[in-house]
Amino acid sequence: MSTGPTIAHGGALALKPGYADNAADALRDLRPSSDAVDFELEHHHDAASTAQLGFWIYLMSDCLLFAGLFATYSVLHVRTAGGPAPRGLFDLPYVLAETVFLLVSSFTCGLATLAMGRRSRSATLGWLAVTFMLGLTFVGMEVHEFAHMVADGADPDRSAFLSSFFTLVATHGLHVTCGLIWMGIMMVLVVKKGFTPATESRLACLSLFWHFLDIIWVGVFSLVYLFGVT
Amino acid sequence: MSVANEAIAGHGPHGAIHGGAHGGAHGGAHGSRKSYITGFLLAIALTIVPFGLVMSHSSVGTPLVIAVFALAQIGVHIVYFLHVNRSAEQRWNLMALVFTAIVVCIIIGGSIWIMHNLYVNMMPGMMQGSMG
Amino acid sequence: MLGKLTLSAIPYQNPIVMGAVVFMALAAIAVLGTITVLGKWKYLWTEWLTSVDHKKIGAMYVILAGIMLLRGFADAVMMRAQQALAYGPHTGYLPPEHFDQVFSAHGTIMIFFMAMPFMIGLMNCVLPLQIGARDVAFPFLNSLSLWLTVVGAMLVNISLAIGNFARTGWLAYPPLSELHFSPGVGVDYYIWALQISGIGTTLTGVNFIATILKMRAPGMTLMRMPVFTWTALCTNILIVAAFPVLTVSLALLTLDRYLGMHFFTNSLGGDPMMYINLIWIWGHPEVYILILPAFGIFSEIIATFSGKPLFGYTSMVFATMAIALLSFLVWLHHFFTMGSGADVNAFFGITTMVIAVPTGVKIFNWLFTMYRGRVRFDSPVLWTIGFMITFVIGGMSGVLMAVPPADFVLHNSLFLVAHFHNVIIGGVVFGAMAGLTYWFPKVFGFRLNETLGKAAFWCWLVGFYVAFMPLYVLGLMGATRRMDHYDNPAWQPLFVVAAIGAAIIFCGIMLQLAQVVVSLAQREHARDLTGDPWGGRTLEWATASPPPAYNFARIPVVRGRDAFWDMKQRGVDMKAAIYRPIHMPRNTGTGFVMAVFIGLAGFAMIWHIWWLAIGGVAAAMVALIRHAFDDDRDYYVEAEEVRRTEILRGRTQLRSV
Repeated sequence: MSTGPTIAHGGALALKPGYADNAADALRDLRPSSDAVDFELEHHHDAASTAQLGFWIYLMSDCLLFAGLFATYSVLHVRTAGGPAPRGLFDLPYVLAETVFLLVSSFTCGLATLAMGRRSRSATLGWLAVTFMLGLTFVGMEVHEFAHMVADGADPDRSAFLSSFFTLVATHGLHVTCGLIWMGIMMVLVVKKGFTPATESRLACLSLFWHFLDIIWVGVFSLVYLFGVT
Repeated sequence: MSVANEAIAGHGPHGAIHGGAHGGAHGGAHGSRKSYITGFLLAIALTIVPFGLVMSHSSVGTPLVIAVFALAQIGVHIVYFLHVNRSAEQRWNLMALVFTAIVVCIIIGGSIWIMHNLYVNMMPGMMQGSMG
Repeated sequence: MLGKLTLSAIPYQNPIVMGAVVFMALAAIAVLGTITVLGKWKYLWTEWLTSVDHKKIGAMYVILAGIMLLRGFADAVMMRAQQALAYGPHTGYLPPEHFDQVFSAHGTIMIFFMAMPFMIGLMNCVLPLQIGARDVAFPFLNSLSLWLTVVGAMLVNISLAIGNFARTGWLAYPPLSELHFSPGVGVDYYIWALQISGIGTTLTGVNFIATILKMRAPGMTLMRMPVFTWTALCTNILIVAAFPVLTVSLALLTLDRYLGMHFFTNSLGGDPMMYINLIWIWGHPEVYILILPAFGIFSEIIATFSGKPLFGYTSMVFATMAIALLSFLVWLHHFFTMGSGADVNAFFGITTMVIAVPTGVKIFNWLFTMYRGRVRFDSPVLWTIGFMITFVIGGMSGVLMAVPPADFVLHNSLFLVAHFHNVIIGGVVFGAMAGLTYWFPKVFGFRLNETLGKAAFWCWLVGFYVAFMPLYVLGLMGATRRMDHYDNPAWQPLFVVAAIGAAIIFCGIMLQLAQVVVSLAQREHARDLTGDPWGGRTLEWATASPPPAYNFARIPVVRGRDAFWDMKQRGVDMKAAIYRPIHMPRNTGTGFVMAVFIGLAGFAMIWHIWWLAIGGVAAAMVALIRHAFDDDRDYYVEAEEVRRTEILRGRTQLRSV
């Protein structure tokens, strides 16, 4: 077993004396056949797939962040401290409109993804722009709703219910806003650099993010608005 | 990154990576136009119905029913928009999702149970907080 | 212009604090001065601050942990001294407001800036090597995580010199931590230090899960991974699952303090108990985040030094996964006494007892690994055996408190304090020390001095027992935690014994510092020339010590568990016949720069310097976006250079037998 330059010592490696300066001898000992069997032939690192798994895991952590906010809302939403309560505050038709805007934007984001698959720069940019406008409308409507509530005296520091309502809904809104900023940057990237592997990978991550935000919104409109009024 | 045997190394089982041959060249699964349209229509329906039930003050519009619609719509998003399925490519995503769902339920459900129990024990006669 | 910040924020009148500040300042000047005199600023920037190499990042995490160990231990010494002196008519030397900051800082630093960085550092150094990868999945994020953690630690230390720290304990319960009862900046320092470093930690979790799932060497199926890799996987899953809840808890407290909201206030519907509920949903998984890597370290060490494969690999894996999942089902045991009914308490009491079972399985597996092995008692093994005894005792005191009626007596007593130090020191700290000693030769290329290492171990072991066994007794006698003064003179002798124990641990720490210095001086005599100084079983030992930047010239194909041992048995030829170009990520300063800006923003938030807060965040975002548009982020190490590097490190000459 020890015809080579080393001997085993309790499982550890040690150089045999006299072998340290015999690089040429050692190299002559090459065994290409063992190379093929014992080492990876080509190191192929699937960067895009890894990036998407990583992003997915981040999304899961974001789900848990929202879980904390949902738990807080569930516990504190009855603590209205004599102030405004859900039933009087929520305008369901308005929220339905918001919801439809966001849902359609999720659909158009999917169309943008398909356009990217076809390598159509103009279609991708077009659908992204539509998604952006719909998302911006959603955020605008939400800001308007908040302003209206605050003007009516229902501000976040009025009661635990309002604190938890504003925080849960606004955190979602902030995520959407960040998504919009990211979308803007991605559109610039697509214009400037086209469909490089990095750009495609990032667009794929963005669309995961955008769909996930719609999922969270389903939870929000169900738990906050629909439950609140029932 | 599977048990890539050196015999097939170099052309591993990963999907088209660097702008591969088939359309939709990224590590994740890509849907079709059909799946997005189906998902969208289902989601619209699953949105309008619960809103309609609550806005019309129907007796069917109970919290449980709303919850069922919500979960159904989340399922639609996951399957039709996020393309999570039981394929090998999506296996880790699915496992992560299931684990997350379990922990979400523990966090929300556990908090509600604990805090409700607390209110019942420590604030008798006062508002008995939380749902359920 | 500068918000609430004025010169009066510096605590001139407090001699103890000023002494500490002066000491810190002198230490900082000494370090910065040495770098300047040696002309090493460029080297520091290009080789370390901008590094995306997991080995360097890991080393920097461990260095941070070491420094913060000294800071946290100083706090401990102060507390032991105070409590040994302050009984009956004596008030000791620390006024209560100061004592409160000391125990808050001690806990915060030891958990967030010593134990976490230590474990994350060890995982960073070792994990990619163990799975046969060249780096982690997201090297830039890795760098960002490190610097965010460093910035968090800096904020806590700055609070000593400018303003003050929280007086609330390491978890900052409301209503004490609300603005009404803590109007100063202390709690804000706490909040921002933890939020900033928390982002870093969550990113680490994402990074390592992706690395382990996607970047293993060919042939390394999940059930062929080393046990340390398994525990790292479960640890990082816990990080990703739990840290968002910490983020939420701290964020809601922040909203209460900054925007006058009412999540946890005493009025307008707020509920402080909800904070306690949320923070412990994070807090319990957190302690498993700390201990699981230690379990993995011990598994590796005991198998290597017994010369046998780890006993019960499959049960180890399942026990680890069980512990990870169960850690989400026990959190109420931290607040049995706070008002929920017997049914809730009973449920969580039972789950708490159940979670001890998989740990017991692990202990038996380690013992069976040693049985009929040829155990070599080098210092990593001493730490391991010390752990097994100490952790079991600590675990038992935990199971005792898992019984709600017992906990009603012992909650927040010194018995509790003794318990968690028992498991954290006996488990986490001993594990970190064991891992440090075990893997030091791999990362730095030379062994640590064994004699000093063994002496340090004995000081730590004896010192721990002398310091904490009295606390169990005191707890049973009714002593409450976090007291700066007590009335019962019968307690004083026990506090004196505890202080002596702290002094013994201090000797241990001094011996470890000496060990580093002496080993550095003697390094030529202790060089690791083979890459395998201990007779290792896992792939990290298949590289040179220290490994080249790319880790492996050729990624080995794995054919079984204990991959490297298997390679040695089969006589695998480590000399690669054909070298190939290796794809490597470039160093970047973006992580460091972003962290600095975010740190400035955090400081600004603490002192209500709004323009700086917004500016800091904006600048960090600009740096990130610029990085996103940068195409020049990687390079290839040409095959010829790989060959030269391998020959230089003797790898072409070494063949495993």
